Amino acid sequence: MSALSHLAILPILIPLVAGLICVLARGRLRPLHRAVSLVSTLAVLGVAVALAVRTGAGELLVYRPGAWPGPYGIVLVADRLAALMLVVTAMVALAAMLYATSGGDGRGRHFHAFFQLQLVGLNGAFLTGDLFNLFVFFEILLIASYCLLLYGGGERRTKAALHYVVLNLAGSALFLVGVGTLYGVTGSLNMADVAVRVALLPPTDAALVRGAGLLLLVVFGLKAAVMPLYFWLPNAYASATAPVAALFAIMTKVGVYCIVRVFTLIFGPLAGPGADTILPWLLPIALVTQFVAYGGAFAARGLRRQIGYLLIASVGTMLAAIGLFTRDGIAAGLYYLIHSTLTVAVLFLVADLLARQRGADTDRLISGPRLIEPGRIGTLFFIGAIAVVGLPPLAGFLGKAQILAAAPATASGWWLWAVTLTGSVIALVAITRAGVVLFWQTESSPAPAAPRTQGRALPVIGLVAALLALTVLAGPVTSFTTAAADQLLQPAGYISSVLGGP
Amino acid sequence: MAFLMASAIGVLVAAGIFLLLRARTFPVILGLSLLSYGVNLFLVTMGRLRGGSAPILVAGVTDQVDPLPQALVLTAIVIGFGMTAFLVVLALRARLTLGNDHVDGEEPDA
Repeated sequence: MSALSHLAILPILIPLVAGLICVLARGRLRPLHRAVSLVSTLAVLGVAVALAVRTGAGELLVYRPGAWPGPYGIVLVADRLAALMLVVTAMVALAAMLYATSGGDGRGRHFHAFFQLQLVGLNGAFLTGDLFNLFVFFEILLIASYCLLLYGGGERRTKAALHYVVLNLAGSALFLVGVGTLYGVTGSLNMADVAVRVALLPPTDAALVRGAGLLLLVVFGLKAAVMPLYFWLPNAYASATAPVAALFAIMTKVGVYCIVRVFTLIFGPLAGPGADTILPWLLPIALVTQFVAYGGAFAARGLRRQIGYLLIASVGTMLAAIGLFTRDGIAAGLYYLIHSTLTVAVLFLVADLLARQRGADTDRLISGPRLIEPGRIGTLFFIGAIAVVGLPPLAGFLGKAQILAAAPATASGWWLWAVTLTGSVIALVAITRAGVVLFWQTESSPAPAAPRTQGRALPVIGLVAALLALTVLAGPVTSFTTAAADQLLQPAGYISSVLGGP
Repeated sequence: MAFLMASAIGVLVAAGIFLLLRARTFPVILGLSLLSYGVNLFLVTMGRLRGGSAPILVAGVTDQVDPLPQALVLTAIVIGFGMTAFLVVLALRARLTLGNDHVDGEEPDA
């Protein structure tokens, strides 16, 4: 086997080794931690891009860690969707990590260890082709996220983390029930094999299969923070440290990814008794999520809470597009996913730059001390605000335009138009008001001893550059997401590659 | 046997959910533990309930039972144990940092 055939497992192995080095080399070796973490994150980005190039050419990489022939043993599968998620994760992780190295990682000893283990969980969840393995990677990314959320300590973080941990433990229990039911009915856990077997089930098993599917929707919906399950997010993200909040921008996308993966592969239109299990559910849920989240953004009294609500709204937007379960809808949703992840990361980091200069770490939307660098922070905030609302010329506009173009000329399509456009206006008003208060309605003097941004602005500028690149390269990226949607809607190729068919 | 298993799972999950909805961290942790016991039992039964059969291939024994759910449940138990340990420490930390054991971190107004 050549080295290249191991490409699919590298995004899990590299951060795992880096995380272990950081755990073992504990103590006062922060430069070492930073170097290991930086090298690892860069390497993961490189591998992810290589995977995207190879899968973009139509290849589907199947890696069998135990060399068991399919459907036995655990498999890792890199298709276009997985590669796309890996690239986005690595980009956000790199920016968050660089931001943390300018001081945020000094509040405790294990920041980089947790950070790398979080990457293991995220990358594993995107790559695995096995339902139970997905559960295991979920737990890895969750326990790392608990530690990262608590990182820095303090009352607010402890309160938020308590809710977050209890909710996710209950979610894990539901996940096991869902996976267990699916195993009980089909006798397999390999997603491709489950997909084949679900299609062959007798109609008498329909209730069980659909029940399992809806349980999984609840679990993934909890991760993605959709309508009745989003209450944990604004508090948790508003109280996390900035680099952690920026990295968590990708956490909700794990839920979105799982919804796309499981409900196109296992519960697709060809799935016999399980066919189109969530088709009637996903679009209404997504629209209600959007609606409520824009309201929350409008009512928020702190910038970070507002960004949290805008994040939920963006999840609603992409799920509405994905909920159409058409080629154009999924492609538009995936394009918007890349854009909104980068944007939310930018905004969380800008909010931190801003809160530092206002003194006492406050991001409350009230008149406060003048910023000492209003031009630099203001420009970054302005770009982030344009992007998150979806105004031209940035990619958010292109994404939303694609989503609206993908909407069918039916009642649900008109609802999609109405909610998305009204919501965008509400978001525009909300974030404009926040900007006016934070940058213009200030006191005449800056806060005493306000720190300058210095190197902290660099990762943010990097992310903004990535946003601009996403806009300029909209053509190639859209053809990639469209090809990914094609691959998802024709799961036969995926299934035969994994099962090693003819 | 099936009735016994089903009622055991039902009672565990019901008690777990009841405790999960309490306002103090200690009952919540107990509730999550009971819930995970119920789920683990559920996972075991997904391999079908058959007494006295072997989970591995042995020459001469034809009565086999699916071994995979047992492996799954072992994984789930280990993960659940780790998570519970983490939650216990977090609850203690919250009690020390916040000065109370309410799940919201503050006493509700009387």
